[in-house]
Amino acid sequence: MRKLGYAVPALLFLAIALLFATPFALRLDSHILPSALIDLPAPEFALPPIEGRPQTLGLATADLSGKPSIVNVFASWCVPCLAEHPMISRLAEEGFTVYGIDHRDPPDAVGAWLDRNGNPYARIGADRDASVSIDWGVTGVPETFLIDRKGRIRHKIVGPMTPDIFAEEVLPWMRELAR
Amino acid sequence: MKRALFALALLLAAAPALAVNPDEILSDPGLEALARTITRQLRCVVCQNQSIDDSEANLARDMRRVVRTRVLAGDGERQVLAFMVARYGDFVLLDPPFKPKTYALWFGPWVVLALAGMIALLWFRVKRSVAAPTSVPQLSAAERTRLDALLAEIDGEPHARGRERKP
Repeated sequence: MRKLGYAVPALLFLAIALLFATPFALRLDSHILPSALIDLPAPEFALPPIEGRPQTLGLATADLSGKPSIVNVFASWCVPCLAEHPMISRLAEEGFTVYGIDHRDPPDAVGAWLDRNGNPYARIGADRDASVSIDWGVTGVPETFLIDRKGRIRHKIVGPMTPDIFAEEVLPWMRELAR
Repeated sequence: MKRALFALALLLAAAPALAVNPDEILSDPGLEALARTITRQLRCVVCQNQSIDDSEANLARDMRRVVRTRVLAGDGERQVLAFMVARYGDFVLLDPPFKPKTYALWFGPWVVLALAGMIALLWFRVKRSVAAPTSVPQLSAAERTRLDALLAEIDGEPHARGRERKP
């Protein structure tokens, strides 16, 4: 019993060390907020097209049902959005429906940005005051939502879509949703 | 004295800097007060432990505006808080709600305290039992006879030690 007593502080230390090390081992990032909207229908919203670009069509809740889609929240002033743009374009090339929510952007700036980098979006809604972004629980740009054919949010990617996330998360999810 | 008074006056006159911009403030003081009580309870989810009332972040400003829009539309405190929780989860509340998912948060410290208390109690009991054993084991009859014999031998031979010293 006495010998066991001496082991108690060491065991406690080990237990606490394990507790604190777990998030690192699992690569959990405390800055990423899990979405409260997973498996829920996308929020009710209707966004106009980008000012001066009626061909971007605007985006509303009704557009999200019927077939699986990807909703990408982006902005021309956001550098990680530019970094993930090739991945978003590839999704469109692979035949998936990609929609954009343009977050707090002056119309001229986003127009020039799309001209320069290409426009993979089937529709873009301009969210100039970020109120629809808040409805989607967006904490920053970019964020990407994967939507099933019933218009429910099934998965969310916070931050730029890297080639790894593209291959290991987005493609398998979209193939599953397309089935 | 004058200096101290002056410093005190300055200290009392200093108002905390507000993150809320003048153009955000509602003209109705009652609704503005309601909006402020709500925004003080909501976490700026991109900041470290700051309410959206205190934060200068873009997201916090947008959320403050949404709160005021809801308040103007006639929503009460509970409704606006529920609106934000539906979008950002419980994390958006600075005061975590009491429900099964957060039991660990509320009870955890008490469990740790109780465990520590139990360990301390055990520790002291072990220490005391070692220092002052409660039951002394009794010698058997054979042991008693042998002990008596040994003691008699020592008492009976006072020079035994002296003899040993000589080669």
